[in-house]
Amino acid sequence: MSEANNKGYMGSHLREYGMIMALVAIVFFFTVIVRATIDVDFLSAQNITNLFLQNSYVIIMALGMLLVIVAGHIDLSVGSVVGFTGAVAAVLTVNLGWPVIAVIPTCLIVGGLIGAAQGYWVAFWRIPSFIVTLAGMLVFRGLTLWLLNGQNIGPFPKSFQALSTGFLPDLFGDADQVALGMERLNGTGLLIVLIAAVVVIWTGWQKRQRDASFGITPEPTTVFWIRNAIVAGALIFVGYKLAIFRGLPNVLMVLAVLTVIYAFFTEQTTSGRRIYALGGNEKAAKLSGIKTERLVFFCFVNMGVLAALAGMIVAARLNSSTPKAGVGFELDVIAAVFIGGASMTGGSGKIVGVVVGALIMGVMNNGMSILGIGIDYQQVIKGLVLLAAVIFDVYNKSK
Amino acid sequence: MATLLEMRGICKLFPGVRALDQVNLNVEAGEIHAICGENGAGKSTLMKVLSGVYPHGSYEGDIIYEGRTLQMRSISDSEREGIIIIHQELALVPLLSIAENLFLGNEVAKNGVINWPQAFAKTRDLLGKVGLDEPPGTQVGKLGVGKQQLIEIAKALAKDVRLLILDEPTAALQENDSQKLLDLLLELKAQGVTSIIISHKLNEIGRVADRITIIRDGTTVSTLNRDEISEDRIIRDMVGRDMAHRYPERTPKIGEVLLQVQGWNVWHPEQKGRQMIRDAALSVRKGEIVGIAGLMGAGRTELAMSLFGRSYGRNITGTVSMGGKVVDTSTVAKAVDAGLAYVTEDRKALGLILEEPILRNISLANLAGIAARGIISHGREAQVAEGYRKAMAIRTPGVHQKVMNLSGGNQQKVVLSKWLFTDPQVLILDEPTRGIDVGAKFEIYNIMNQLAADGRSIVMISSEMPELLGMCDRIYVMNEGRIVGELSRAEATQERIMAMILNSTGKAA
Repeated sequence: MSEANNKGYMGSHLREYGMIMALVAIVFFFTVIVRATIDVDFLSAQNITNLFLQNSYVIIMALGMLLVIVAGHIDLSVGSVVGFTGAVAAVLTVNLGWPVIAVIPTCLIVGGLIGAAQGYWVAFWRIPSFIVTLAGMLVFRGLTLWLLNGQNIGPFPKSFQALSTGFLPDLFGDADQVALGMERLNGTGLLIVLIAAVVVIWTGWQKRQRDASFGITPEPTTVFWIRNAIVAGALIFVGYKLAIFRGLPNVLMVLAVLTVIYAFFTEQTTSGRRIYALGGNEKAAKLSGIKTERLVFFCFVNMGVLAALAGMIVAARLNSSTPKAGVGFELDVIAAVFIGGASMTGGSGKIVGVVVGALIMGVMNNGMSILGIGIDYQQVIKGLVLLAAVIFDVYNKSK
Repeated sequence: MATLLEMRGICKLFPGVRALDQVNLNVEAGEIHAICGENGAGKSTLMKVLSGVYPHGSYEGDIIYEGRTLQMRSISDSEREGIIIIHQELALVPLLSIAENLFLGNEVAKNGVINWPQAFAKTRDLLGKVGLDEPPGTQVGKLGVGKQQLIEIAKALAKDVRLLILDEPTAALQENDSQKLLDLLLELKAQGVTSIIISHKLNEIGRVADRITIIRDGTTVSTLNRDEISEDRIIRDMVGRDMAHRYPERTPKIGEVLLQVQGWNVWHPEQKGRQMIRDAALSVRKGEIVGIAGLMGAGRTELAMSLFGRSYGRNITGTVSMGGKVVDTSTVAKAVDAGLAYVTEDRKALGLILEEPILRNISLANLAGIAARGIISHGREAQVAEGYRKAMAIRTPGVHQKVMNLSGGNQQKVVLSKWLFTDPQVLILDEPTRGIDVGAKFEIYNIMNQLAADGRSIVMISSEMPELLGMCDRIYVMNEGRIVGELSRAEATQERIMAMILNSTGKAA
């Protein structure tokens, strides 16, 4: 009886668990292969840190792209917006000498305005988003070139670079350990991760109790504990690895906070729910009193702000703004969203799925690069993975 | 008459469901054979077996056609035999012309090059046979549903049809279009075309069918000859119980005037200068069920939707009052706040999010009701949905079930639940029983009566006049965008309603 229950539950959540299992399998695969072929630890502290630094911008933008895609639209301009906002940041800090504290909000506002400019046509004039953002892609790439005069601008001051290459300071730093040449453990990092693991389990358990009090059948207890053990274990493992290297990267913290905020927004708030409704059936949503235009507009503004954030992180990481920054990013971001299980027609998709989807892409990029696989094969493999993920979805639905 | 088709002992299994169980069907050459049954009884499955959608081997039993056993692998096999099915959802390409649609996949061509003059000539010929007088180059999407249905039949004729299967052909049609279609069937019959018609409309079946086979729960219940056909008998066999009264009894408790609309004018959203609603005025009392009768295009849906947050039309003028106070209904949200609810006629396109589960559909119009400061309580949401599932008897394994998996009647109950959760004072129900089987209709009627008894007011728009006569305390008659008459329950008859419509036609001020 309980086993049958478990099976039914797993069946209906196959997609979610399938994604996570795929990620675990891919990580495992690379760990084994990398060890066997070039005798390097794929899960070394340095590589895990790199993994997050390299892919942070994709994940950040994928959060916003999910909303856009759930609403039934697409944003092709994000790569160009990354380039443009990076260029704005460079001009403001390097050429004009603005303080970083003023540059960051300015760039976010610029991103929001770009999103608003595009969202206006999509939401209120009903111009297809594909067209509007294709135009935006060209316009902002052109403006990037114009702003940078076709050249790189850099380097950035240290405080701006910290956006991408900085780490959380260690509040429990033990100088003696370092002096003695011992493996240094970042206390702050470890503490945060431990707290996070406890919070994950605690909130999950709370939700379970609440659901039960409303008479909802919760997931089977065994599934709950296995799932949470894996999540907490992975958190602590990654946290430990990071802690023995340089601690938690700033970017990772930004990423984690944004992921939690967007997961909460999409699943727990009325506005989030309305975006799903509008993507599922715009007319029905409208006739239910939902202001669909405003929501679409919001999705694009939000996307613009996140693209600006990503633009600054990319610029900080490269330590200069280049006219080529962000080229092709939109494809990685959109691919991550679809690998993460969003529907092409809108109305479905989850934040957790998108983050896992982006991590799958990131792990594959990273793993294949370490193995020295050429960029040509990498592209082919990534393309096939995207196709396979969507085929899996369609097949699953038709069953 | 000779037997044209015999389906013998047909069984069809789906995972976990026995959709057809020993179904027998006998169709004679040159007859119109009706198939009746509740939604989910297995009518469409049976027709899919017959037309090769489910290939030979995926079902048990034999299909004997003109004395030969058919073993069809696909639709093209059945079409080669002259068996042609017209589905409920029309399979026309709206952006192509009539001629292109008629010969789609079957083009008048030599070596892949289309002979347009010949195609047009043939098209004119076929259109003549179905009584249509449209230029062959007309875009199909620009025609009404009634004409599109006729084009589907012309398409079947282009394929030399011998056994024509129509799956609920008149479900989306207005009275006069339905009549035309039924006349055409009789004409085709005279020319030797045999037809199978699936329909919920018992009066139509009574008019054209020579024999009726009734299916219930995947098995054949009975086959009736023309002289045995009576509505009561059909209903009894369909639902398996005697339904002495098709409309539940109700003692109306009518209070003071609740909703009042005055001087309502609406213009067409795109075509300038075309007025859709002219100076409409109506009132509804507490606890009253008021009907709006009229032909398709009379402006009933346009009136309802323009009242409900100006969801239709532009340059709208007029006043809406609730309980004597003028209220603002300029957006859907404001209309809902004022106590209005509109249950659409097109629940799949406008009423539901098919991909989402029942509970999310029910909460959609009143998310505030399950949330505190914008944060949703999933538990409360499930509780609310569960409550409506019980109260409405929505037949489903659970409220997490996707709405697309429900039958039409249960979907309608979900839409009703959604609007009841907004706690409306006035419910406008637009064709609330369209595409719903007899048993579920009765349940919807009961729900309506209960709502009226609770002191809510109901405006019911329906194209089925018996339904209006059976349910309403008062009926407004609409024609050409105007309200042309009002009849009390005692005064109302089908004849009087039709007379009001006909007498007012073309006399617009």
